[in-house]
Amino acid sequence: MQTATSLVSPAAIGQPSRRHGIKPSRLSQCLLIASAVFLSILFIGVPMAVIFTYAFREGIAVYFTQILQPATLHAVWLTVLTAIVVVPINMIFGICVAWLVTRFRFPGRRLLITLIEIPFSVSPIVAGVTYLFLYGSQGLLGPLLESYDIKIMFTVPAIFLVSLFVTSPFVARELIPLMQAQGSEDEEAAITLGATGLQTFFYVTLPNIRWALLYGAVLCNARVMGEFGAVSVVSGAIRGQTNTLPLQIELLFNDYNVTGAFAASSTLALIAVVTLILKYLLERKQTS
Amino acid sequence: MFSRSSQRGILPGFGLTLGVTLLYFVIIVALPLLAMLYKSINLGWADFWSIVSSERAVATYRITIGAAALATVLNAIFGVLLAWVLVRYDFPGRRLLDAAVDLPFALPTAVAGLALVTVFSSNGWFGQYLEPLGVKVAYTPLGIALAMTFTSIPFVIRTVQPVLEDVAADVEEAARSLGATNWQIFARIIWPAIFPAFIAGCSLSFARSLGEFGAIVFISGNLPFETEVMSLLVFIRLDEYDYPAAAALATVMLVTAFVMLFVTNSIQAWQLRYADRN
Repeated sequence: MQTATSLVSPAAIGQPSRRHGIKPSRLSQCLLIASAVFLSILFIGVPMAVIFTYAFREGIAVYFTQILQPATLHAVWLTVLTAIVVVPINMIFGICVAWLVTRFRFPGRRLLITLIEIPFSVSPIVAGVTYLFLYGSQGLLGPLLESYDIKIMFTVPAIFLVSLFVTSPFVARELIPLMQAQGSEDEEAAITLGATGLQTFFYVTLPNIRWALLYGAVLCNARVMGEFGAVSVVSGAIRGQTNTLPLQIELLFNDYNVTGAFAASSTLALIAVVTLILKYLLERKQTS
Repeated sequence: MFSRSSQRGILPGFGLTLGVTLLYFVIIVALPLLAMLYKSINLGWADFWSIVSSERAVATYRITIGAAALATVLNAIFGVLLAWVLVRYDFPGRRLLDAAVDLPFALPTAVAGLALVTVFSSNGWFGQYLEPLGVKVAYTPLGIALAMTFTSIPFVIRTVQPVLEDVAADVEEAARSLGATNWQIFARIIWPAIFPAFIAGCSLSFARSLGEFGAIVFISGNLPFETEVMSLLVFIRLDEYDYPAAAALATVMLVTAFVMLFVTNSIQAWQLRYADRN
């Protein structure tokens, strides 16, 4: 849990304080800043620049022909559909977890907080493999499901399930530190004054946590749309059926369609940039 | 801070949220993990051991751990530098830089892998200058390490940054007024304060690198014994329908992840105690 608070708690990253003992010379200060900026451009800026440069290197017309290829369009649709299904479910889960661990004390509470974070520690490939051994024909429930003619592996529902696994902690880890800090006095007052549980949640809790909730949802969405390893194990990557956008990128790259791969990548890179902008705005909303 | 009776007594929803949380956790997280462990245990110890100690598997451990270690060292240096600059100095573009640091988490790993392999290929932006110097990055272990570095850039920065902000200015000023040099202040006051957070960030970064897949498949070239990482071997075994091998190797990765989780949590508990003491 400390991971969560120290990594992403927006309130923790405030304004720099300027009164410190270390007063390096003007020159060394400039050198430090310059090397930080230079390395950031090298490590972070250049990969971003290369995506858009290569996507548009054959002109805008080619770019749009590549994006509008039926297989790529289908991948875009499947990626969006996955986000539409997965993000709301994990928002509800995140709210439930946060309410449970911040509003009640019970034995095993700390253990539960640790368990909830497990998907963050598991390699995406392993996540995919675990689902294969649960629902695949080699797996625990596979033979049973097959006898009822239910197929989950290598279908769209498998993509939903594994995406739920990978992104389940995102909303909870944003809400828990916030709801912990806010305390439950407001809710207790509402209940004492005769509000029902749902009224309390919608009129008291939700307005207090809405920005953090949205923030968690934005991060969850970015991960769902970009997930590669886990989805590539369970989807079967069937062209025009179970190929999400990241898988489509690999497929185009392996087909030596570099411009097509970069055109598809540019859409996801754009989503990443929008995610960062929203993150920045939501952090400001939350701290203000 | 909270009294037990008021917590359980007034607010509703304990049963509902506990039920939903446990049910969802069991179905989405626990059941698949247990299914894989069950499969692995069913192999029997002899088969399991022969798979996970095979020459090719051991080569992937060596390559993965080596590359992850190099990536962690690079991120440790870059992370402290960036955290320091972002916290201590004001300059045009600081806020932009602060926001851009999170890009590797927001950018899909496949996109990162594609961009990196293109930049470092023999006619790429960096590759065309590096290869004449004899530095090959694409399709080498160095490429794997750089892909791991990219995907885990934010860990050290984001763990060190808040702690660095909290380093008490008065202690530094006291040291300064007692005649300490900049290096002495850094080595004796700041470094000990940020060290636990730094180690926590490094272990998060290392753990993430051990399991990385998306960015690596593009840049590694995927040659057995040379540029094959653990996650890739699992994927290849699945492709070959060698499910027992996939289960055994994925179990090794899962156990490694749990060990790393335990290590990281212990470090962070230590960090918290350390922070309380100061």
